[in-house]
Amino acid sequence: MAVKLTLANYRTNVHNDWCPGCGDFGILSAIQMALADMHLDPSNIVIFSGIGCSGKTPHYINTYGIHTLHGRVLPYALGAKLANPNLIVLAVGGDGDGLGIGAGHFVNAGRRNVDITYIVHDNGVYGLTKGQASPTLKRGLRPKSLPRPNINEAINPIAIAIVAGYTFVARAYAYDNKHLKEIIRKAISHKGSAFIDVLQPCPTYNDITTKEWYAGEDRIDPETRKPIPRVYKLEETGYDGEVQSPDPTEAEKKIVAALAKSFEWGDRIPIGVFYRNPYVPSYEERIASRIPNYLTMPPARQPIHDAEKHPTADIERIMEEFLVTEA
Amino acid sequence: MAQNKVSWMIGGAQGTGVDSAANIFSRAAASSGLNVFGKREYYSNIKGEHSYFSVTLSNNVIRSHMDEVHLLATFDSETIIRHAWEVESGGGIIFDPKQTSEKITSIPTLEKNVVDGILERLKEEGLGNSVMDVLEFAKRNGVKLYPLPYVDLLKQVGEKIGETQLSILSRMTNVMAVAASFALFKLPQEHLFKAIEQVFKAKAKVAKMNTEAAKIAAEYAVKNFSNNEISFHIEPKPVKEQRLLINGTSAVALGKIVAGCRFQTYYPITPASDESVYLEDHEVFESRKVEVLAENPHQAESMELDGKGSIVVVQTEDEIAAITMATGAALAGARAATATSGPGFSLMTEGLGWAGMNEVPVVITLYQRGGPSTGLPTRHEQGDMLFVLHAGHGEFPRIVIASGDIEEAFYDAIKAFNYAERYQTPVIHLLDKALANSTMTVKKFVYDDLVIDRGKLYFEWFSSNGPYKRFEFTEDGISPRTVLGAAGGIFWNTGDEHDEFGHISEEPINRCRMMEKRMRKLETADAEIPDREKVVIHGDVDAPYIVVSWGSTKGAILDAIEYHAQHGLRFAFAQVKLLSPFPTKILQELLPRYERIICVEQNYSGQFAQLLAMRTCIKPHNLILKYNGRPFSFSEARDTLKRAIEKNEARIVTNAGA
Ligand SMILES: Cc1ncc(C[n+]2csc(CCOP(=O)(O)OP(=O)(O)O)c2C)c(N)n1
Ligand code: SF4
Ligand SMILES: [Mg+2]
Repeated sequence: MAVKLTLANYRTNVHNDWCPGCGDFGILSAIQMALADMHLDPSNIVIFSGIGCSGKTPHYINTYGIHTLHGRVLPYALGAKLANPNLIVLAVGGDGDGLGIGAGHFVNAGRRNVDITYIVHDNGVYGLTKGQASPTLKRGLRPKSLPRPNINEAINPIAIAIVAGYTFVARAYAYDNKHLKEIIRKAISHKGSAFIDVLQPCPTYNDITTKEWYAGEDRIDPETRKPIPRVYKLEETGYDGEVQSPDPTEAEKKIVAALAKSFEWGDRIPIGVFYRNPYVPSYEERIASRIPNYLTMPPARQPIHDAEKHPTADIERIMEEFLVTEA
Repeated sequence: MAQNKVSWMIGGAQGTGVDSAANIFSRAAASSGLNVFGKREYYSNIKGEHSYFSVTLSNNVIRSHMDEVHLLATFDSETIIRHAWEVESGGGIIFDPKQTSEKITSIPTLEKNVVDGILERLKEEGLGNSVMDVLEFAKRNGVKLYPLPYVDLLKQVGEKIGETQLSILSRMTNVMAVAASFALFKLPQEHLFKAIEQVFKAKAKVAKMNTEAAKIAAEYAVKNFSNNEISFHIEPKPVKEQRLLINGTSAVALGKIVAGCRFQTYYPITPASDESVYLEDHEVFESRKVEVLAENPHQAESMELDGKGSIVVVQTEDEIAAITMATGAALAGARAATATSGPGFSLMTEGLGWAGMNEVPVVITLYQRGGPSTGLPTRHEQGDMLFVLHAGHGEFPRIVIASGDIEEAFYDAIKAFNYAERYQTPVIHLLDKALANSTMTVKKFVYDDLVIDRGKLYFEWFSSNGPYKRFEFTEDGISPRTVLGAAGGIFWNTGDEHDEFGHISEEPINRCRMMEKRMRKLETADAEIPDREKVVIHGDVDAPYIVVSWGSTKGAILDAIEYHAQHGLRFAFAQVKLLSPFPTKILQELLPRYERIICVEQNYSGQFAQLLAMRTCIKPHNLILKYNGRPFSFSEARDTLKRAIEKNEARIVTNAGA
């Protein structure tokens, strides 16, 4: 693109109706910053979303924006990407959306490793339906919107993503949107399915995992008199989840280390890239190994008729297998 | 005496070669110049349960099976016990003489009520309870018996080809039954050998073995049965047209390839998945080289079509993913479809509504089967029509077309995509198990002159046309549609009510205009779609009576009214192809001209009759219904139509088929 793209190019003037202080604002701006940093052509980007507060994200971004059904964001996104692999495809949605009603799609998308980026707004609640427990809410917790404490165990989205087959698995924090932006950039650049679990405070319904809690404001360092933040960055601890060779034993070791890391919670909550494996073929490559011209002539780009609008497909050869009489 | 049509049946346990025997027989008969109609019946089971295939042959066009069997080919006891009763006097039964002492009660796959019924019939005749008694019963009714000593003949085959293992030789039992049948019908043997070669073309050795087996069985039949011929014969007349012998799922798959469908999703389900598996097997196909189209800059970037086209087939995790993934692909500009049956379609309803709300051209190919729930998974019914017309919450436009036979199914598959893109709305192509699994000779498909109509589709949007609005209010309700990735064509979609750009809006004036815009597309479709694509009128237009029906009952009705016309009973037949938008005007003008309106359909509640009443205020005089899971035969269409006229019963339920 010849014109220089700035952040403004990725904004719409649609009124944003999220609650003041919602973590979703941080995620929205991180996405916009990542796209602007990467100078990606807005016409070539599609952002899909599920249903929930988070589902409104595409309307605020000036790219193709497809706000789909509750839980079904991934299959919509995969369909578009497989029909035209030249598109840059992002999917966003809530934790209820992706890990509750959409859990089947979440797991099965991992088996395919289509080149998309999936961002989950992990706020522990069903925001848009007024704060019921989401699948990531820990057992025993009772955010103010719940009539009783939660009696379901919480699932571990990072661990599920890794074992399901996502080849880029990261966590980020909605209020550290510079870090989140960098993670999104890496995820978009990664060839394969990238999953980002974004810790997203919901100030309206979740009064437990709040911004203050993540920042450790309940834990004041007696010496510095400053809060001790719970969130810390993996890369600052020397952790490296990147698979460096196609050797499967290396991938296995990295997976085991990442799974162990993913259970860290409470006093110390890691963010950053848990696992990345660039050696697993993407679904597009797998299709191309069967359909040689798939990448140059994907479904959405094949000319299906000629200038007179007659079909281009020639099934004479295929019909021979059914032919029983001759003219 | 040569007949107008003859019928043949073969049966056996699933997994013992019944299908391939029927395939060889049908191909051989078809290549001799006969028209063929084959019906397949099977349990929801992989190995061991009884399955059978009935094949009807004629020199004339033939579109349905008949209940009367002229020659029954068997190699197991169960087939004799179940079907001997259906063989007409003068017809015959081929059977294994080694198995005749078997007791009826010793067959574990026979349902108790079936066994009880048979024992009673035998007892009335003073007969015992073995297979031989069943054969004796048939013989007393004029049926001829043809014992074919399979094992001895297989040993002869073994000597000839140097194979001693009986387990290998016994795989050719089915072909011997076919060859003996061919000989009894006096059909030209060379076509049988040709068919065997075709069917086993990938395995030359197997083809050779089977040919030997066929020869030996045929020789045996000629030598031993010629003093006791069956009374049913048919002499193939030479044909000068190219014909295909094809089933419904393959015909639809071919239609989709021609239509330009380049993305298909599915979750395995009987009987729909055959179509998707076939497509995956043919994912790369030939394509004419074409000039890059100027209006499609996407294509300019890539190479021109290099002689190969392709379709991506994705087996999804469930049917919700199937419809939503296909919808995503359609948004990107691919012609996209999914194929399913009742339970899968139930899961798709929310996705269907989203596609309707966002005006996405996605095609759903629905093969109805016996419901409700898993129902009769491998059996036939037309029980989903009212559901399909109303599936999904709220109101949105959909187009529903119903094919009457396999040939129509091919051309309708193409039409479905044209409607979908022209009216930018989901299209449901309604088929059923009978169409999916029947085989039929059809004229070779001709498609060069068909038109691919993509409607108001844009691969780039120029700002000189004004700002792009995906849901722009227009007179015909149809807005310009860009594809994901089109330069300048950014849009938003949401299942929420939205403004012209696709952003959420709950504002009441906009709501009404959007609702009206979407629904107006059905009026546009109704005005544009030619009458012949809505209702096809067959038979004698000036007849006193009219049959009204939809879908796969067409074949049996046509064959039946043709029969009645020759016997002085005249019918017109309105085959309704377009169920939504409903052809109200055509039917309101047509139907009152007749003394009697008879609706024929395969469900319990007369769904089409209800729809007709709702849309036209016309109530049919007679309803002919069937819901036992087996398709209408020519025979019962013939008999029930006559009964409807003579007795004028309001509701006739028929029940043929094993
Ligand atoms: C099939 C279906 N069931 C229920 C709903 C109602 N619903 C709307 S949003 C939502 C939950 C949203 O929670 P989450 O996915 O975590 O997103 P958040 O609002 O927290 O961002 C539900 C259940 C729906 N839209 N569709
Ligand atoms: S309810 Fe929670 S998640 Fe939803 S907008 Fe308000 S703060 Fe954000
Ligand atoms: Mg949530």
